[in-house]
Amino acid sequence: MTKEAFIAANRFGLGPKPGDYGALSADPRAALAAQLDARPMADGMPDTAQALTIAASRRMMKDDGPMDADGDGRPDNPVRELYLREVAHRFARGIATDTPFRERLVLFWSNHFTVSIARSGVVPLAGVFEREAIAPHVTGRFEDLLRAAALHPAMLTYLDQYRSVGPDSKVGNRRKAGLNENLGREILELHTLGVDGGYDQADVIALAKILTGWSVVEGGGDRPKRFGFDPDRHQPGDKRLIGTTIGEDGEDETYAAFALLARAPATAHFLATKLVRHFVDDDPPPALVKRIADIYLATDGDLKAVSLALVNVDAAWDRPLVKMKTPWELAIAMGRALGDGEAVADGPVLFRRLRALGQPPFAAPSPAGWPDRSSDWLGPDALMRRIDLGADVARKIGNQVDLAALLRETIGPVMPEPKQRLIRGAGDLASGVAMIFASPEFQQR
Amino acid sequence: MTMILDRRSLLAGLLGAGLVASAPRFAMAATPDERRFIFIVLRGGMDGLSTVPPVGDRDFADLRGPLAIAAFGKAGGALALDDRFGLHPALAPIHGLWQAGQLQVIHAAATPYRDRSHFDAQNVLETGGAGPSGAGVGWLNRAIGLMGGSGLGLAVNEAAPLLMSGPTPVATWVDGGGAPPSDYLLDAVDQLYADHPLFHAALASARDTGELLADAEASAMRRQRGQSRLTPSFNGLATLMRDARGPRIASLEVTGWDTHSAQGAADGRLSRLLTQFAEALVALKDGLGPIWSKTVVVAATEFGRTAAPNGTGGTDHGTAGAAFLLGGALEGRRIVADWPGLSRDRLFEGRDLAPTTDLRGVFASVLRDHLGLAEADIRGRVFTDAGGVSFVPDLVRA
Repeated sequence: MTKEAFIAANRFGLGPKPGDYGALSADPRAALAAQLDARPMADGMPDTAQALTIAASRRMMKDDGPMDADGDGRPDNPVRELYLREVAHRFARGIATDTPFRERLVLFWSNHFTVSIARSGVVPLAGVFEREAIAPHVTGRFEDLLRAAALHPAMLTYLDQYRSVGPDSKVGNRRKAGLNENLGREILELHTLGVDGGYDQADVIALAKILTGWSVVEGGGDRPKRFGFDPDRHQPGDKRLIGTTIGEDGEDETYAAFALLARAPATAHFLATKLVRHFVDDDPPPALVKRIADIYLATDGDLKAVSLALVNVDAAWDRPLVKMKTPWELAIAMGRALGDGEAVADGPVLFRRLRALGQPPFAAPSPAGWPDRSSDWLGPDALMRRIDLGADVARKIGNQVDLAALLRETIGPVMPEPKQRLIRGAGDLASGVAMIFASPEFQQR
Repeated sequence: MTMILDRRSLLAGLLGAGLVASAPRFAMAATPDERRFIFIVLRGGMDGLSTVPPVGDRDFADLRGPLAIAAFGKAGGALALDDRFGLHPALAPIHGLWQAGQLQVIHAAATPYRDRSHFDAQNVLETGGAGPSGAGVGWLNRAIGLMGGSGLGLAVNEAAPLLMSGPTPVATWVDGGGAPPSDYLLDAVDQLYADHPLFHAALASARDTGELLADAEASAMRRQRGQSRLTPSFNGLATLMRDARGPRIASLEVTGWDTHSAQGAADGRLSRLLTQFAEALVALKDGLGPIWSKTVVVAATEFGRTAAPNGTGGTDHGTAGAAFLLGGALEGRRIVADWPGLSRDRLFEGRDLAPTTDLRGVFASVLRDHLGLAEADIRGRVFTDAGGVSFVPDLVRA
């Protein structure tokens, strides 16, 4: 049963906090199911409108030249400060949460609908995007998640949608402006049907036309932007998307298209494949993918039912260590094990460390998000940096730790006894802690 | 031979069971004349029509509209290569390489992939197949395997990209780390890896490369203010590769080419990236020093972009584009292009520069003429789906 508690806390969680194994071991699957009913808590962070206001204030300050009102020794950059605050908040949330399975789903779907600070306009919005567009929907219907994510200002900015104009729309007739295919293509390829999902270039253009209108409807420059649907930018006429005609209907065309895409069997297959890869196996077994996809289709894309089905996959409970933790998951797991996020890093240090590990927060290299196979994270240099992170944290906190308890409450359930003896026999406490963090049992899930 | 043994002891993939299983083959793990090869993956779809603008094509200026690079001699105009093609003005730092016979351009070129997904297109570029493959083996990994394998290759990445993934171990390195953990700790950790071959092998490889990587790190740290953000990686790689114990073959990547908006002509998003790229290439050349004369660099992207601007001052995913060959081992300056023209009826599907050259033929030629692989091996074991693809002779000095 402790092996099952280990799997519940690691494969489906963010690593155990002290005492978690005891709480989970009675009925690990039921404990995970119960986490899905939790609601996200109010968190005192800015909402989208406030984040857009901060983004506009940055522009005003730029015009006024560098100042240092907050006295941190750098010219004020409220956008950068908001970003670091978001990173620290997300990190603290991961360490504190009592519903880590739900938080893992947030991370999964936030990666599925990647927005990246590689585009500067996303910097002030990446955190609020995850909190407002992703988190409330991860146990709801996929269609609602798709709407919230694809139409959030962060996504409209990241994938250039806000600039796209229907060539025959009012705005298009007035000035030389036209379509941008980027969001339309990535919705089909990365968010719904998948690249082999049976669409073609004509579908990309059709969806791009359907999406025209989603843009900035107010503000700009040093005035806060407001995003919404502008009918004057919308391409008139009927559109034909994956064999279905979507009649001219302004903003509602988007909802019709999303409903169509969310219900497509190709979408079910694509999402099921990614979920099984993430939670069960780098190489998703086809029968298992089909089972999850069938549940998705039968429940009209109910992500709570789909998530529960993943927990009830027996294969997920066979072997405890099949996937590498991502750098983000690894840092969180260290903080949870120690009951202390500060020991791992404060904001800017956390950012530097995660960058060195190849996963700076909200900064995926492309709209496809971070890769999700173990081999993507286990290069020699990357492993050395992972060991180094653990050693740094251990040096900071090592002499205050009960090594035997830490061992028992983290990797104890799955590490062979002779190796546990090596750790208990380490020459100093910090080395013992560093060995726990460096072990394959801690690095994997 | 000593040189190779040194390199083996440092870099040679103790990854996996590689060391034990393939030890007898190390004697063959070499490139002819210690030549170096670097492949740069330009991720995102570099716009070949702006990077190497065909300003002499009569349809170019009209088709490209506000994105058109101006003619030779005009303000912000292209830097002449021949009477048709020029370089984007932001590539001025490498224009000198053209004069010196150390730059070649492949144009209207593409992989066999004809759809417009970044990720499938990169898969085809890196696996060298006719279509996307889930096998997870890159063509450069297969080529390194044929050359004797372990110890030859290095990827500037956290983990090997698809191009370098596969049965033959390659080392990895990225700039930005600090001092490595103590030997005491690493020895202890290694005991924990005894029953995990992948962890053990990765750690062994990282420790073996450690000393050399510390040098690379040091040169990467010497980033000047205002210097290209790409320069530290390129500098670090140069330090690794000019060392006799270092890798002979490396991969590197540059992202940010997906210019859907605000692409600009002489100025703009693309121009800024090209400036950084050109400066980093010069840093690579300078860092390699005398080894540059033994080096070929290939820089290629997954697809080109639409021939006409989209509605938002950028370009969308297209088909054919441009690739670069650079290095002191090239035969001379040259443009390889079976130019299809830019009139509407010549565009692929009415929108993209039409592909007339298969990039795999170029890659295959470098493998044959620079790295000494046999043509039969290249066709049979590296680009196995490339049946009819023609080699391009005389790219590289014999």
